[in-house]
Amino acid sequence: MAQMTMIQAITDALRCELRDDENVLIFGEDVGKNGGVFRATEGLQDEFGEDRVFDTPLAESGIGGLAIGLATQGFRPVPEIQFFGFVYEVMDSISGQMARMRYRSGNSENAPITIRSPFGGGVHTPEMHADSLEGLMAQQPGLKVVIPSNPYDAKGLLISSIRDNDPVIYLEHMKLYRSFRDEVPEDSYEVELGKAKITREGTDVTLIAYGAMVQASVKAAEELEKDGISAEVVDLRTIAPFDVETVVESVKKTGRAVVVQEAQRVAGIASQIVAEIQERAILHLEAPVLRVTAPDTVYAFTQAEEVWLPNHKDIVAKVNDVINY
Amino acid sequence: MKRTNEKFAEQFPTFQILNEEGKIVNEEKMPDLSEDELKELMTRMVYTRILDQRSIALNRQGRLGFYAPTAGQEASQLGSQFALEQDDFLLPAYRDVPQLIWQGLPLYKAFLWSRGHYVGSQMPEEVNALTPQIIIGAQYVQTAGVALGIKKRNEKRVAITYTGDGGTSQGDFYEGMNFAGAFNAPAIFIAQNNRFAISTPVEKQTAAKTLAQKAVAAGIEGIQVDGMDVLAVYVATKEARDRAVNGEGPTLIETLTYRYGPHTMAGDDPTRYRTEDLDSEWEQKDPLVRFRKYLEEKGIWSEDQENEIIEKAKADIKEAIKQADDTPKQKVTDLISNMYETLPANLQEQMEEYKAKESK
Repeated sequence: MAQMTMIQAITDALRCELRDDENVLIFGEDVGKNGGVFRATEGLQDEFGEDRVFDTPLAESGIGGLAIGLATQGFRPVPEIQFFGFVYEVMDSISGQMARMRYRSGNSENAPITIRSPFGGGVHTPEMHADSLEGLMAQQPGLKVVIPSNPYDAKGLLISSIRDNDPVIYLEHMKLYRSFRDEVPEDSYEVELGKAKITREGTDVTLIAYGAMVQASVKAAEELEKDGISAEVVDLRTIAPFDVETVVESVKKTGRAVVVQEAQRVAGIASQIVAEIQERAILHLEAPVLRVTAPDTVYAFTQAEEVWLPNHKDIVAKVNDVINY
Repeated sequence: MKRTNEKFAEQFPTFQILNEEGKIVNEEKMPDLSEDELKELMTRMVYTRILDQRSIALNRQGRLGFYAPTAGQEASQLGSQFALEQDDFLLPAYRDVPQLIWQGLPLYKAFLWSRGHYVGSQMPEEVNALTPQIIIGAQYVQTAGVALGIKKRNEKRVAITYTGDGGTSQGDFYEGMNFAGAFNAPAIFIAQNNRFAISTPVEKQTAAKTLAQKAVAAGIEGIQVDGMDVLAVYVATKEARDRAVNGEGPTLIETLTYRYGPHTMAGDDPTRYRTEDLDSEWEQKDPLVRFRKYLEEKGIWSEDQENEIIEKAKADIKEAIKQADDTPKQKVTDLISNMYETLPANLQEQMEEYKAKESK
C-alpha cells in the first residue's frame, strides 16, 4: 500500500495497464514527452516508448477518429481530451460513432476505448475547462460514464474501464486531483463498473452524489450529525448506467433522499435518479426527493465560482427541507 | 507572380489514360493488366450499372430502403477498388456499397443494409471493412486511425476511404488527412467529385480550383484523376497503395466523375438543379462506353459477353433479394443484445421486459 493522490493513482493505473496489455495505447495533446498538462501521464512515454504513449495534432475530432480506427486493428486506445469542455469538437466520434460501433456492426466490431478527461470547478480555470457535461454522455446508449471521487476508486475504476470491451468515458475532477491522499494498493485491482458505494452509513436521509460532491456530501453529513440527523452518502462512481439498486435500497431504508450534483439543474443526471426513485420506491418516501445543483446559467466566470458552485451548506439546507417537509 | 490558387491548380492537372473515344492517350502510364483482368474490370462495371438500375427499380417498388445511386461512378468506385488487396481495410461512405460488394460483402447483405437490418452490417470474416458511413467526414478521421494501426502492426496493407465533393468541406476531412500525414500512415483518401452535393454545385463548396490541391494543407500527395476513366483511377490508386505500403505516407485522390441519377432515392429531383446540357455532356463521358470501345478494339469484348453479365447480374439480384426477404425479422431483444458485451442492469431489465412481450 502507498499513500497516493488521485492523480498518482490514475498514473499508476495507466502504468499497470500499459505493462499488462501490449495493445493499450495512450495518446492526446501533450500527453507524451510533457507527461500531460496535469502530469497524469508523467514518465509513461519514457518507460513504455513513443509507440505506446504519443502526442497528437491539436484536433479533438481527429483524436476520436484515431481511437476508433486503432480499435478496428485490435488496439485498446486510451485517448485523452485535455479538458472536457472541448468534447463538443468530438461529439460525433464519441456519441455518433464509438458508442454505436458494436450495435451498428451487428456485434461484429467493438470499441474498447477509454476516454480520459478532466473537468470540474473550484480551481479557477478559464472558460470551457470546468463545465460538467457528463449528462450529455449519460444520454447516449452504448457508453458508460465513470466519475471517481477518491484515489482508491480512481485506480480500480480506471483499470476496469480500460479492460472493458465497450467505450467508457472516464471523467477526472480537477479539484480532486491533489486535494487529499488515500491508501492505494500498488498491484492491479478492479472496481466494478456500474456499482455504487455507500461512503457513509446513515438512517434518516440518503445523499446521492458523485465527483467532488461526494466530499461535500460527507462534510454535510458530519454537520447534520451534530443536529442529530443521520445521513447516508451513496457515491455513484459509475453515473451511466448508474446503480439503481443500491440507490433504491438506501432510499427504502431512510425514506428521504437528496440528489447532489455540481452540474446545472437542467444538466447532469440528478433528474434521472429522481425519476428512478419515484418509480421504484414512492411508497417508501416521507418527502419528495430534492436536488442540489448549480443554477441554470452558463458555467460561472472564474471569480463567481464560489457563489455559484453547490457546496456542503447547500446540501445541509436541502436536507433540512426534506426532513422538515 | 501568379495568384496562389492558380499556381496550385497547375500542379494538379487531370490524369487520364483513356479518352472518351476509348483511345489510349497516355501509353507510358498504361497499367500492367492482363486481358482477363481488363475483362474483369469491364464485367464489374457492367454488373454494377445493372445493380444500380435494379436497385432504383426495387426501391420504387418498396423492396429496398435507403439507396444512393451509383451510375456514372463505376470507374471511380471500381477502378480504385480493383487496385486493393483482400486484406486492405475499406471505410466506405453511403454511396460506396459497390466497393464493399466487390471486396466480398454478399449482395443480400447490401440489400439488408439498404432496408435497415443489422445483419447487413455484419461483415464476413474476410472482408476488412466498416459498414457505410452516414456522417460525412467521419470515415476520414477513422481512416487515419486504421492506417496508424496498420503501421504499428508493421503490416503491408492500407486503409482506404471515400467521400464526395461536398464532404471536402467538413472539418473531419482535413483532420483525417492531416493526422494521417503527421503519422505518415498508409492511407488512401478518395474524394469522388461528382460536381454536386445534393443540389449544391462544387463551386459553392470552395474557391479552390481543384479538390486534389487540398492535400497541400496536410502536406501529403494529391492527384486529380479523370474519374470516368477506369484505367486512370486504377493506376492512381495502385500507385498510392504502393507508396503507402512502402512507408511513404498517404495520398488524396480526386476523381472527376458524375452521378447520372439523383442524390438518393428519398425524393431528390436533379432536374431542379441540373441542366440537360450538363447531363448529356457527362453521358458522353460514360466510363462504360469508352472502356467498351477500348476492349472491342482489342477484340476481347462482345455484345454477347456483355449480355451474359447482364443476365447473371439480374439473376444474382433476384436471388439476393429473396435471401434478404428470408432473413428473420429483427426483435428488440436482438437490438439490446448488440449494445454491449455485458448488458448493464438497465438493459438486463429491458431485455426481460421485451422477452416477455415477444413470447406473447
